Amino acid sequence: MNRRSGTGYTGIPPWIYAIAAAGALFVLLPLVAMVAKVNWPQFIPLITSEASLTALGLSLRTSAASTVSCIVLGVPLALVLARSPFPGQRLLRAFVLLPLVLPPVVGGIALLYTFGRQGLLGRNLELAGIRIAFSSTAVILAQTFVALPFLVVSLEGALRTAGNKYEAVAATLGAHPTTVLRRVTIPLVLPGLASGAVLSFARSLGEFGATLTFAGSLQGVTRTLPLEIYLQRETDADAAVALSLVLVAVAVAVVGLSHRRPHTSTAPQGAPQ
Amino acid sequence: MSTRKHVTFLLVAGALTAGVAGCASGAPATGSSSAASSGASETPKLSGTVTVFAAASLKATFTKLASDFEAKNPGTKVTLNFAGSSDLVTQITQGAPADVFASADTKNMTKLSDAKLIDGTASNFATNVLEIAVPPSNPASISSFADLAKPGVKVVVCAPQVPCGAATNTVEKATGTTLTPVSEESSVTDVLGKVTSGEADAGLVYVTDVKTAGDKVKGIPFAESDKAVNTYPIATVGASKNKDLAKAFIAAVTGSEGKKVLTDAGFGTP
Amino acid sequence: MTFHLNAALAARSFEVSLSLGPAETIAILGPNGAGKSTLLDIISGLLRPDTGKATIGDKVLFDLTADKNVWRAPHARGTALLAQEALLFPHLSALDNVAFGPRSAGASRTEARETATHWLTEVDAGSLASRRPGQLSGGQAQRVAVARALAADPDLLLLDEPMAALDIHAAPLLRRLLKRVLADRRAIIITHDILDALMLADRVIVLEDGRITEEGPTRDVLEKPRSRFAAGLAGLNLMSGTVTAAGITTDRGQVVAGYHDGTAVPGQDGVAVFPPSAVSVFLTQEHGSPRNSFHVTITDLEPHGDQIRVRAGGLSADITPAASADLGLTPGMTVYFVIKATAVSIYPA
Repeated sequence: MNRRSGTGYTGIPPWIYAIAAAGALFVLLPLVAMVAKVNWPQFIPLITSEASLTALGLSLRTSAASTVSCIVLGVPLALVLARSPFPGQRLLRAFVLLPLVLPPVVGGIALLYTFGRQGLLGRNLELAGIRIAFSSTAVILAQTFVALPFLVVSLEGALRTAGNKYEAVAATLGAHPTTVLRRVTIPLVLPGLASGAVLSFARSLGEFGATLTFAGSLQGVTRTLPLEIYLQRETDADAAVALSLVLVAVAVAVVGLSHRRPHTSTAPQGAPQ
Repeated sequence: MSTRKHVTFLLVAGALTAGVAGCASGAPATGSSSAASSGASETPKLSGTVTVFAAASLKATFTKLASDFEAKNPGTKVTLNFAGSSDLVTQITQGAPADVFASADTKNMTKLSDAKLIDGTASNFATNVLEIAVPPSNPASISSFADLAKPGVKVVVCAPQVPCGAATNTVEKATGTTLTPVSEESSVTDVLGKVTSGEADAGLVYVTDVKTAGDKVKGIPFAESDKAVNTYPIATVGASKNKDLAKAFIAAVTGSEGKKVLTDAGFGTP
Repeated sequence: MTFHLNAALAARSFEVSLSLGPAETIAILGPNGAGKSTLLDIISGLLRPDTGKATIGDKVLFDLTADKNVWRAPHARGTALLAQEALLFPHLSALDNVAFGPRSAGASRTEARETATHWLTEVDAGSLASRRPGQLSGGQAQRVAVARALAADPDLLLLDEPMAALDIHAAPLLRRLLKRVLADRRAIIITHDILDALMLADRVIVLEDGRITEEGPTRDVLEKPRSRFAAGLAGLNLMSGTVTAAGITTDRGQVVAGYHDGTAVPGQDGVAVFPPSAVSVFLTQEHGSPRNSFHVTITDLEPHGDQIRVRAGGLSADITPAASADLGLTPGMTVYFVIKATAVSIYPA
């Protein structure tokens, strides 16, 4: 009865498998239910309607842009958090990670009071002729805000695992810190950076609350796929379900991508100290 | 390495649910069921619990009406569930235990009656019209509906898919004014939010919303609003287990006291 | 172009000063935690001392004396570091690893690769040029690492136990290689292995508890160790105390008779040094002419070549297995270590 194929003793009590199966079902069943609800004959027309394609295109564009901003802002943050101890570092990390646990709507409100027309920075930007509210920039800001922690967490972990022995050697070989960063550090943590970027992209793609609160909803400008789904649900449940499935498909592809590690090259050769 | 993969998976899962959860923001159906006994129909004395599903715009008025009703009928309890009308229709269709449904438009009520999920016919108990909401300082100096079409004015409206957006479209057609909104929100609350935060110069919301917002926004009524009058119907849900209490509550809403509460809040009479 | 260093770091109770000529190699010996790696980290700029100064010729590496605050960044020091692990950059080929230094110094890709090829050939690793570090054995990787350090053309080469992680076959090969490339170079090599000191270094420095306890030409230190650590490395017994007419008296009052080399003056600090092979083991007190006899408790017995090494009271004795069996030696036994005075060298500490 308990003669499972495969090798080795797992040490897992049998009843754990039952609960694990229930847990897996809990996640899978809603997806199955949604797939079952899809109006298949209409599926293609529904997801290729102009509104849907515009929303999907906007989602992909803004998510790509926010992933880039996550990399630009997140790499230095992760480096500082992982490598250079300074007073208040734990506090800074806690704040950077805050959007992970914050309801997105709260993020939206916070962004509104920062970049909004009457916000802390927005007021000055407005004077300079830069308007963020109701633009795709606002969407990217909202997505970056919620997605940044994913990149920082991934990358900081990778940086800590890698240690800084290689950097020390590179420096004694005459490499300027910027050269070390470009030619040693970044290549070493590339897998961690890539998986962080993929996660940020996934989170950006799913961003809803902060966008709704901060950016508004206008076809082709600020109405991303999640907002389109939310709106379609008012009138056309079939369209909402079909678009949800598209989002699930994209998300599954992203998860698959982040799990496919080409090679773990960060392990140093020789005996660890 | 494997720990890191697990963390990755959790993060991905988190990233996805955060998005999906946002899409399903509808309030869950309140789980209370009617506690009425079979004897309730024999005695005129009302008792038990009545669950009322009401459009979000009715929150203030129905909360007051419910407590008045409970005070007047000791032993009764009114449980309220507020959400967008279409969300409520979905919930009732999926079997949520509602006794009374009050919709913000006839379209959603028709969906339920077409599905034979209401008892008898719905009665209209209130009307609502659009009003322009502007920040208290009225930065774009809006004074008429036509002003909304001026270049440079940041107008936020409801998306055509939702009732307030449909009403906006009707007014646009009637007046021959074409608006180029900076955002088409999926709920009237979101429109109001953009105005109270000062992001938008003006928004089209219901008269009652302006009233509820108090001095955070300024209301600018416009003559053409009568081109799109929104009617609020109320009905007993077919599956109700306490129809007497449901009918009594509906009577209270449509009666003179109910009318007064609604009128005070800015609603019109049908 | 002499290298001068003096540096103190209170947190690690480290205080060292040393000098190194242009083509001189010194070996740093010392027990674990003595501050050997601290020394290299301070020289290479990875660690900042409290006070001190280091220069190579006119180039100031750091000057933290008085109210000066000069600190040259690691990359601008010209002090290449070769560690126990090869630490080749895993994403670069062997060739590009070696070309890293020249590239960082501003050489073009082609020039850097030419230099790299030269150095790879120099360490007999020319055929490994296109390999990734993951495809190299430990010995091969360390050879490439040597080439990489040399290609950076350092003013001072720092080697931190470069042979320690290598297997028994790879170490001699690398040692020969280092002997060749270090011949006309300034280098500091940290090692645990006396053979490294003998083969590679002109001079030896013994570091204990963050201080230099002994310093001198390798041969002198090994022949006449003055510190217990150096004596251990040289395989000799060492007792320290005050020089007397007949030998020394230790701090605990033991009298050690021995042969004066003529430099020791009674009254000064001195050491008595003798090889384990000169120690005889007896179960009872022996009375004889000029002999030293110490009553000790055996702590360990271990094979040593074809002998048995008996450790007791901080001293060692080498006896034949047959003698050991005859005496029935076991740890915990008390015995007498007896040494002829003529086998004991007495000289100043």
